[in-house]
Amino acid sequence: MVWTRKDLLGLEGLSKEEIELILNTADSFKEVSTREIKKVPALRGKTVVNLFFEPSTRTRVSFEVAAKRLSADVINIASETSSVRKGETLIDTGKNIEALKADIIVVRHNASGAAAMLARQVNISVVNAGDGWHEHPTQALLDLFTLKEKLGRIEGLNVGIVGDIAHSRVARSNIWGLTKLGAKVTVCAPQVLIPPAIEQMGVHITYNIDEALRQADAINVLRMQFERDEGTAFPEQLEYFKNFGITEERLAKAKRNILVMHPGPINRGIEMSSEVADGSNSVILEQVTNGIAVRMAVLFLVSQGHDKKYENTN
Amino acid sequence: MISRALMRIAHEILEKNKGTEGLCLVGIRNRGVYLAHRLANCIKKIEDKDVPVGSLDITLYRDDLTLIAAQPVVRKTEIDFDINDKNVVLVDDVLYTGRTVRAALDALVDFGRPKSIQLAVLVDRGHRELPVRADYAGKNIPTSKKETVEVRLTEVDNIDEVVIVEKD
Repeated sequence: MVWTRKDLLGLEGLSKEEIELILNTADSFKEVSTREIKKVPALRGKTVVNLFFEPSTRTRVSFEVAAKRLSADVINIASETSSVRKGETLIDTGKNIEALKADIIVVRHNASGAAAMLARQVNISVVNAGDGWHEHPTQALLDLFTLKEKLGRIEGLNVGIVGDIAHSRVARSNIWGLTKLGAKVTVCAPQVLIPPAIEQMGVHITYNIDEALRQADAINVLRMQFERDEGTAFPEQLEYFKNFGITEERLAKAKRNILVMHPGPINRGIEMSSEVADGSNSVILEQVTNGIAVRMAVLFLVSQGHDKKYENTN
Repeated sequence: MISRALMRIAHEILEKNKGTEGLCLVGIRNRGVYLAHRLANCIKKIEDKDVPVGSLDITLYRDDLTLIAAQPVVRKTEIDFDINDKNVVLVDDVLYTGRTVRAALDALVDFGRPKSIQLAVLVDRGHRELPVRADYAGKNIPTSKKETVEVRLTEVDNIDEVVIVEKD
């Protein structure tokens, strides 16, 4: 299996084998972060630009740490402080970054499809760090990596995704990745947060959290994105916790070793109780650690795919 | 030939390092790892002592990452012992240009500062492009650059042999 893509835009377009290649490569990269000198020279002399049009701390920092552990130079551009505020378009910004001879753009944007559009317009690599409600591939990859590391496999697992499915790119990317690798996915949320036709993605739907927990080997609890609430269909916070929040009482009825995952940042007392977030089933902080290895693998692989592209044109 | 050569190398390693004190072996992926484990077994037979064995993947340290046609697979590096102030014997199957060893030296010093780094190879086929030499060599095989030397080991290839293949 060889990686040939210059970009990583989402999991929908990837084959099972490509996803497995990323996970296996990440497995090799994980060790680098345990060394006394946490750095390898694989991307020495390459420039990675983090172009973030939405606020993000953990994803941006994770990409930055990953790039630096590969010895790349990293430049961060946040929309609040850049010419984007003067009305420069995404494509113009991208072409300017390309003209600076950067090698990889990591982009987050609130419009679905933004990363794909940018990737078509520039010759350098583009990695999607979240586009609107569409995809957040590296988050799903690190969730897959954590599942595989903890449970030894993905095929045949029952995985519940709980929370705001409708507005969640994390949910979409996870559903693509999990179903491609053979897991059974159940989504669970209040009816208003389940998007129409979601079952066409091959998932089972339930509106009952206890039912979602009963068979699950792992649950991925999504953050309630109250900042996206436009005063319409969002449930009230306490009501949500009462009906869907993960508590120790609810976990007691689930499989004993069920993994509790969360992409962060957690709203404690809304999606889950503090006891669960800090409890023995929680792998939330291990997800953060694994995110670095997965992003190192992605940056390394797209830079390799990128090099091949130039070779072919020579 | 392979097992006799390894036994001889094991004796030479013990002679030079005056025993197993502070000694450890690090195999370069892929076949160097199997050879390092075999050397450790030889040392165990001779001295009845265990020496730690690690494995090193040098892909991320290569100087030709952007040149090679076939995409390299990044494998795991596993050195779960301290190499500071140790005598580390790097183990590989074939010594050729010396570039793999150069990369391995760079990788190894990221793990600490060994007292010494020595190099053991099963086959030295010449044609060095860097100032590198082996401290222990199973066999010197003069070759042409048009040939490749393939070491096959039972652990991965179901047979122990060294063959010289004409490149097409």
